[in-house]
Amino acid sequence: MLAWTIYISFFGAVGLLLLPRGSVASARILALLTAVAGFGITLTYFLLHRTGEMLTITRVPWVPSLGIEYHLAADGISLTLLLLTGIIAITGILFSWDIVERTKEFFAFYLLLIGAVYGVFLSCDLFLLFVFYELVIIPKYFLIAIWGSTRREYGAMKLALYSFVGSAMVLIGLIAAYVVAGAKSTSLLNLAQFPFSLHFQMLAFPLVFVGFAILAGLWPFHTWAPTGHVAAPTAASMLLAGVVMKLGAYGCLRVAMTLFPLGLGPWGFHVLGLGSWRDLFALLAVIGIVYGALVALVQKDFKFVIGYSSVSHMGFILLGLMTLNQLGLSGAVLQMFSHGILAGLLFAVVGRMVYARTHTRDLAKLGVMNLNNVIPFAAVTFVIAGMASMGLPGFSGFVAELMVLIGVWRAYPLLALCVGFGIIVGVVYIWRAMQKAFFAEAGVESTPPSPPLPPISFPERLGAMILIGASVLIGLYPQVLLNVIVPAFNSPLFEGLRKGSWQ
Amino acid sequence: MIAIDYTQLLRLALPEVIVVATALIVMAADLMVLRRCNTRVRFAVAAALASLGCAGAIVQILLAPVVASILNGMLIVNPLTHLVQIALLVLTIFTLLLSVDSTFTEHVGEFILLLLVATAGMMFLVGTQDLLVLFISLELLSLSLYILVASNKRSAQSWEAALKYYLFGGMSAAFLLFGFSLLYGLSNSTNLTQIAAAIHGPALNPLLVIAIGAAAIGLGFKVAAVPFHFWAPDVYQCAPAPSAAFIASGSKVASFFIFFQVMALGFAGAEGTAVLPHLVRGWVPVLALMAASSMLLGNLVAIRQTSLRRLLAYSAIAHSGYMLLAIVAHTEQSLAALLYYVVTYALATLGAFAVIAVVEQQKGSDQLSDFDGLGRQAPVLSLCLAIFILSLAGIPPLAGFFGKFYLFVTVLAASPGSMGLLWLVILAIAMSAVSLYYYLQVLKRVYVAPLPADANKFNSPILSQILMLLLAASVVLLGCAPQLLLHWILAAIRASGL
Repeated sequence: MLAWTIYISFFGAVGLLLLPRGSVASARILALLTAVAGFGITLTYFLLHRTGEMLTITRVPWVPSLGIEYHLAADGISLTLLLLTGIIAITGILFSWDIVERTKEFFAFYLLLIGAVYGVFLSCDLFLLFVFYELVIIPKYFLIAIWGSTRREYGAMKLALYSFVGSAMVLIGLIAAYVVAGAKSTSLLNLAQFPFSLHFQMLAFPLVFVGFAILAGLWPFHTWAPTGHVAAPTAASMLLAGVVMKLGAYGCLRVAMTLFPLGLGPWGFHVLGLGSWRDLFALLAVIGIVYGALVALVQKDFKFVIGYSSVSHMGFILLGLMTLNQLGLSGAVLQMFSHGILAGLLFAVVGRMVYARTHTRDLAKLGVMNLNNVIPFAAVTFVIAGMASMGLPGFSGFVAELMVLIGVWRAYPLLALCVGFGIIVGVVYIWRAMQKAFFAEAGVESTPPSPPLPPISFPERLGAMILIGASVLIGLYPQVLLNVIVPAFNSPLFEGLRKGSWQ
Repeated sequence: MIAIDYTQLLRLALPEVIVVATALIVMAADLMVLRRCNTRVRFAVAAALASLGCAGAIVQILLAPVVASILNGMLIVNPLTHLVQIALLVLTIFTLLLSVDSTFTEHVGEFILLLLVATAGMMFLVGTQDLLVLFISLELLSLSLYILVASNKRSAQSWEAALKYYLFGGMSAAFLLFGFSLLYGLSNSTNLTQIAAAIHGPALNPLLVIAIGAAAIGLGFKVAAVPFHFWAPDVYQCAPAPSAAFIASGSKVASFFIFFQVMALGFAGAEGTAVLPHLVRGWVPVLALMAASSMLLGNLVAIRQTSLRRLLAYSAIAHSGYMLLAIVAHTEQSLAALLYYVVTYALATLGAFAVIAVVEQQKGSDQLSDFDGLGRQAPVLSLCLAIFILSLAGIPPLAGFFGKFYLFVTVLAASPGSMGLLWLVILAIAMSAVSLYYYLQVLKRVYVAPLPADANKFNSPILSQILMLLLAASVVLLGCAPQLLLHWILAAIRASGL
């Protein structure tokens, strides 16, 4: 049943292209229905299977002579991310209700992207996973290059090349692993059981991990993220920050860490105080958290603030993965969900509610418009999203970051202090952006924009409500997701990791 | 003196005979009956007749699946050669149908005749393991191709390209023949397996080194590998579209197959190794070097191109580099990977040339700027172009991706235990990341760039559209279900041996 999330998205994309020329309204509705159907399927499955174990959905031979199977399976981790994808897909369409130029094509590329993302989260065969993973690149490029704004062609090409370089690294690692294991099967389950030599794992792990982590915004390979987010149209930024970056993190966890668990072990020597790849990547993740937050603090462009905040928050996910304890890993997965929702919401406010109306993202220019009087809904939404993003209790960000932080405290006490600093800076940059964008400074004559801005439309209100609701729900009752995430880590897939350096 | 059984020879060579007979019939019909009709009718009738002939040859191959090797390997018939011949004939049919809408020449009969003769040359080429027959069929193919390139008599550039192609080709043929003569001197035989048995020894004979070099030059020229690639950009750019498509597709398939055979069979025992850091002298390091430089040069130079044909030429050089890896690996698996790759590559390139032909007819040139906004002028055509280009770039789920994946897997698996050829695979994958940049530049023109204000109405001929859709569908199908072709290739290789 769950496999239909993929097919329905692809069918939706084809259906959109077959619509007659100039049908804008029907294109939106068809796209929305498709996204809702995908989410509905996921939700039904989620409610029916709440154990979090790995369950196979479809398994048929695909290329028998190479041992490649069409194998779709879902466990608690993928279910969490599937739910996220469904929510972001629906709200992304709601927030792109104003697209009038080449509407059909926009939503067709959008659904193609969504379908491929569903595919990545469901694949249990490495070849299949890679096929979907690469399939994401092309629609992403066109969404930004055609419908984007500031330096869109540059941003789109940079994003496409970064992704492709990352997936090239992954491909090298996967082919090597497949050949070393005897070239009999590309199934993730089989390859994760294969005893790769320590030497091989030490080389392959960083290759595949970094390959995926490029897409997850690991410092110093994050530079595509801010430019890409800023150039992208609202729905594409939401998808990019909300879901596509999670693809990278998911790949790190699902592929790199399960296939090569020994690669996380100690090198046997120390360089600059670092004793393993794990230490190195944990350090890079913390640098990402602090660096992203500091850079967000000095941005003049509203969207760049959110772009760099994404880099900072993605650092939590990668850091959580490197803690290698139950709490940190579960927190990382929860943070994937939480950041997906919150980044989506923030980009929606900045891109759709503010930029599409005022046509500027310059914080200085926005300040004098006194937007909290003009579009109060946007201001309120941003305040709520900002609070959630800062990690205030009651929102999903709090639970996720707290879990990661406790996990880090156990693994790397020193780094936990740096992360604490990053969180404080996180409060400051959100505060600053909020103040500058929505609330005119005292003493400055505010000039209401002319012509008057159009009011916030119903789809936007609905989309914002959905995202806020999701964040609050998880913030108040995280067990909904943790009940499926935690058992997922007990599956045989993570056995190598548990036996290795699990604490 | 071997007694030659001519009836058997004729029976085994019947597919080739059918193609040659068709060529003569088309020529006669065109010159005697259709002389006064307009070019379009002549092209349509001639191409239809020729396609029928090729289809007849395919039927003949499918109906008579014999296995034979006569006259000491001069003519070999087995499932593998059949498979390659069918692929060649299918590609020829596509090329023939592609030429129906062209207007570049009035010598319709001659043009089709040369296409068919070249096809016959390719069929003989893949069906032999004898140096002499190999050389003769290679020359038959090459000489026909030179004239095909020059067949647009109105364009001086077409002549220039043909002359360049001819001069380089003649030179490399001379090298090839020289190498072959040395091989004959070393082994006293013209049969590839007997040569291999004779040259087998602990140390490489200096004459053998020269022979390897000469063979690499002659065959490297055919597949446009660096440093023997200079003809490719000019020929791709200036030849009439059907000729260029034929050189880029059919001729590539035949040349790579025979390249593999000559190296893996003829020079077995003189491989050497390209495993870093202990290179051992032999033909493998030579080809590894050619492959690496082709990948580097082709991909890097393609970035700077402003004409789609030249871009495809440099990308062809890069793809030759990838395919040479299969020869470097020279295992049964890598032969399967090579065949899968080269066939799907040929389909995609043929399709791309079909699109270029239509765009050139409508807009007058193949500059990238002529593709601005094509996505809105001709959605079907653009979709097909996108599929071909993305397949060349190796984006799943298109055929090009599986081709690359399988090729790299077989190359790595060729040196069991050691990851010896890993450096080549890493280079290839890194370079294919570079290639995405220029392929996306093309698609950016088509889908992102705005339509120029003075754009005229765009009509794409129905036949070309059908052809493109067929080719695009096959590229998608072979990508989504690689087993269809792979199963066939593996079975043929298993049945025929290497």
